[in-house]
Amino acid sequence: MTALLTIIVLVFILVAIWQMVKIFDLAQAKGENSSVATEKDNTMNAYLMMGFLAFIYIITIVCFVKWGDLPLLSNSASEHGSTVDNLMVISMVLIFFVQTVTQFLLHYFAFKYKGEKGRKALFFADNNKLEFIWTIIPVVVLAGLIIYGLNTWINITSVDESDDPLIIELYAQQFNWKARYAGADNTLGKANVRLIDIDKANILGLDEADPNAQDDIITTELHLPVGKPVLFKMRSQDVLHSAYMPHFRAQMNCVPGMITQFGFTPTVTTADMRQTEQMQEKVKHINEIRVENSKALIAKGEDALERYEFDYLLICNKICGTSHYNMQMKIIVETQDEYDAWIKEQKEFKNSLIN
Amino acid sequence: MSAHADTHAHDDDHGHHHKETFVTKYIFSQDHKMIAKQYLVTGTIMGVIGILMSMMFRMQIAWPEEPNVLFEALLGKWAPGGVMDADIYLALVTIHGTIMVFFVLTAGLSGTFSNLLIPLQIGARDMASGFLNMVSYWLFFLSSIIMLISLFVEAGPAAAGWTIYPPLSALPMAQGGSGMGMTLWLVSMAIFIASSLLGSLNYVVTVLNLRTKGMSMTRLPLTIWAFFVTAIIGIVSFPVLLSAALLLIMDRSFGTSFFLSDIFIQGEVLHYQGGSPVLFEHLFWFLGHPEVYIVILPAMGLVSEIMASNSRKPIFGYRAMITSILAIAFLSTIVWGHHMFVSGMNPFLGSVFTFTTLLIAIPSAVKAFNWITTLWKGNLQMNPAMLFSIGFVSTFITGGLTGIILGDSALDINVHDTYFVIAHFHLVMGISALYGMFAGIYHWYPKMYGRMLNKNLGYIHFWITAVCAYGVFFPMHFIGMAGLPRRYYTNSNFPLFDDLANVNVVITIFALIGGVVQLIYLYNFFASMYYGKKAEQNPWKATTLEWTTPVEHVHGNWPGEIPHVYRWAYDYSKPGHDVDFVPQNVPLMEGEEELQH
Repeated sequence: MTALLTIIVLVFILVAIWQMVKIFDLAQAKGENSSVATEKDNTMNAYLMMGFLAFIYIITIVCFVKWGDLPLLSNSASEHGSTVDNLMVISMVLIFFVQTVTQFLLHYFAFKYKGEKGRKALFFADNNKLEFIWTIIPVVVLAGLIIYGLNTWINITSVDESDDPLIIELYAQQFNWKARYAGADNTLGKANVRLIDIDKANILGLDEADPNAQDDIITTELHLPVGKPVLFKMRSQDVLHSAYMPHFRAQMNCVPGMITQFGFTPTVTTADMRQTEQMQEKVKHINEIRVENSKALIAKGEDALERYEFDYLLICNKICGTSHYNMQMKIIVETQDEYDAWIKEQKEFKNSLIN
Repeated sequence: MSAHADTHAHDDDHGHHHKETFVTKYIFSQDHKMIAKQYLVTGTIMGVIGILMSMMFRMQIAWPEEPNVLFEALLGKWAPGGVMDADIYLALVTIHGTIMVFFVLTAGLSGTFSNLLIPLQIGARDMASGFLNMVSYWLFFLSSIIMLISLFVEAGPAAAGWTIYPPLSALPMAQGGSGMGMTLWLVSMAIFIASSLLGSLNYVVTVLNLRTKGMSMTRLPLTIWAFFVTAIIGIVSFPVLLSAALLLIMDRSFGTSFFLSDIFIQGEVLHYQGGSPVLFEHLFWFLGHPEVYIVILPAMGLVSEIMASNSRKPIFGYRAMITSILAIAFLSTIVWGHHMFVSGMNPFLGSVFTFTTLLIAIPSAVKAFNWITTLWKGNLQMNPAMLFSIGFVSTFITGGLTGIILGDSALDINVHDTYFVIAHFHLVMGISALYGMFAGIYHWYPKMYGRMLNKNLGYIHFWITAVCAYGVFFPMHFIGMAGLPRRYYTNSNFPLFDDLANVNVVITIFALIGGVVQLIYLYNFFASMYYGKKAEQNPWKATTLEWTTPVEHVHGNWPGEIPHVYRWAYDYSKPGHDVDFVPQNVPLMEGEEELQH
């Protein structure tokens, strides 16, 4: 219905434009060569250029005010997250400075130098000094950004084994995630999709003879102890997937036939994150929207939407087939004690097999 | 410069051509001007299909899973009860990308204007090989037909994204569209690449060998420089995509394992071993990234030319413009890895690609500043082509700046494959290249059809399109930064993103208006062929050689001798002349100095 209405509205807009053009054309019928811009056209479009400049500025401001609380920028939940965010903020400030200035010059010149009869343009073809200036400024600025950026990148991607990180495998398949904890020995058992034996419930293809695999723990929820470095080893059994954990500024593709990795240290527990003012506001806002949407559902005789409560998520961010849009796993960051209690309740691999 | 003897020989030939039949004139034509028009019309039809697809999936994103009469009518079994199916959503996204990037902005843009302008602006009778040129067009036509046929196969068209990463694209078990749909996609693209290579070779040879007397490389209009360099990039990089496509066909049909290894799907282990999907990503992006410059460079050339002529001023920094085109072309071939920062590629390699990628901002910035300076103290004639050129610079800057974020590997981690990327590349190469194409069409329509486009329709077309383009793509940056992944059929499974739903509605409304407004342009384009005002020989008072040819097309372009060239292409408002433009074929006045470029 909405779509039908939209289409009707669009058709009307089209008809209106059509009529406007007819009026334009009739009004100009006497112009000498109506296919080339006249002085009147130059003036009109010059003013529209300034109007458009205003539009660009306004849409920028509106976007920032309405949707620019940058919910994910302001509350990263990993140790490296804040450095990424700093770099992001610096880049954004730079971009918006350059954007504001250059768009102004472009549109203002288009306005200021609108064509007038009898005026001649300045014959100005070259100026090496100017070219030099606007080559060297980007060079210097970019050099700064490159150095800062690469420094951050190297810090993020280099894994320090001496930190003794918690090793967890993220296992992707169409269309769900599993996590495999390395167990007490913190060493993942060997695995290959060729060893998958569904009848025995060996769903990730672990080598049943490998001693390191015996204490591995396979789960469908990802629990992480706060403040402890984690090193994820990613694996996929079918197509490419991408393990995207936006709150932790973390992402890595899962590639069939190879193991990829990404490490970070979570810094804020789920419970603490829920308590932050920003998150409470966001959740409240989302729940208002959900209550509103539920009204329409109830009217149709369907169930209302559940209340939303914040959780960290692992989501798939590489197109992987039909249900790509719903491939997610909950991440729970908790204190070491809570984590220890949870992991103790999980079944070790050797006990999970069906013989 | 070595072409004089040749062209003179051709002069004698002229006059007793074979009689033209309808078939040789309109269908299997070897005349570059007709081939250009064939490219343009085919590209336009593909463009309409591509844009229609985007309007459909935008409606699905804004109003997820709501019945829609349009879907029911157009998608048939893929929209039972008018509700769009998740598979066809992915297929629409995939084919939209493929059509817009390759069929509209590569063939439609480069094919049209390289063909039209290279012989006309360098002063040649035709392309070096009219026959290859004809073959190039018909291969393109064939590949378009195959791509359209793929929309109708039983299991659906290709749906693995326009980047067709295996294993998803290789295994019919992984996705319906990876069966016959993907086979046709690959065949279509292989033919497209052959077409593109034939075209590019022809462009390079023509520019190097058939320039008229006096047309040195440093007197060429920037359009020709852009087409020339574009053709070279195409020749260097398209074959790599062809090899990727061929290897993928081998994996799919002949059981090889170039890109596949260790796969367990639908309860069975497949035999593939030892291949790597990452290899495919390298091969794909080795073309895929230069491809965006194949799309944007011709637009830059057109815009430079149109801006100079409508500002009645020389293009600022002609030499710097050529240098930056060359720098961009060179850098474009060594940055592909920035699409793969999180692919599992070695992080050190990632740092190298960050470095080379951010370097591209330098020649790009030089170009933007030169365009802005070209406007400074000009006498701007606000023709529709000029508006689209200014619009081009505006969206190129807006879209280009966010490249600083995406090219920075550390920042890319969190916005990779989100709507932020969509916003970035649509502004910087999608909308910008489309603006360049529109600018070119408005400017050279009189040369193509001998009639003028209606200017007022052009103004309305530009202003509404300009507002909609920002309305669609600017807010997308923000939902991308909020973490919303691209290629999601619906976001309703993530309450986390519920507060972005209204942004998506706004975007879709802008997209629908922007899409519908293109009808005004289509009407203008087709109606003006028959009812447009008759064009003068040089309606924009431009300096380049194409405006010295008669309005009515003749085979061989100039009825008499080919004009000689005495000056560069940008003698606008030169002091000492009464008129504000001096065509390239006007000899220097006594005592007049030629600008040293």
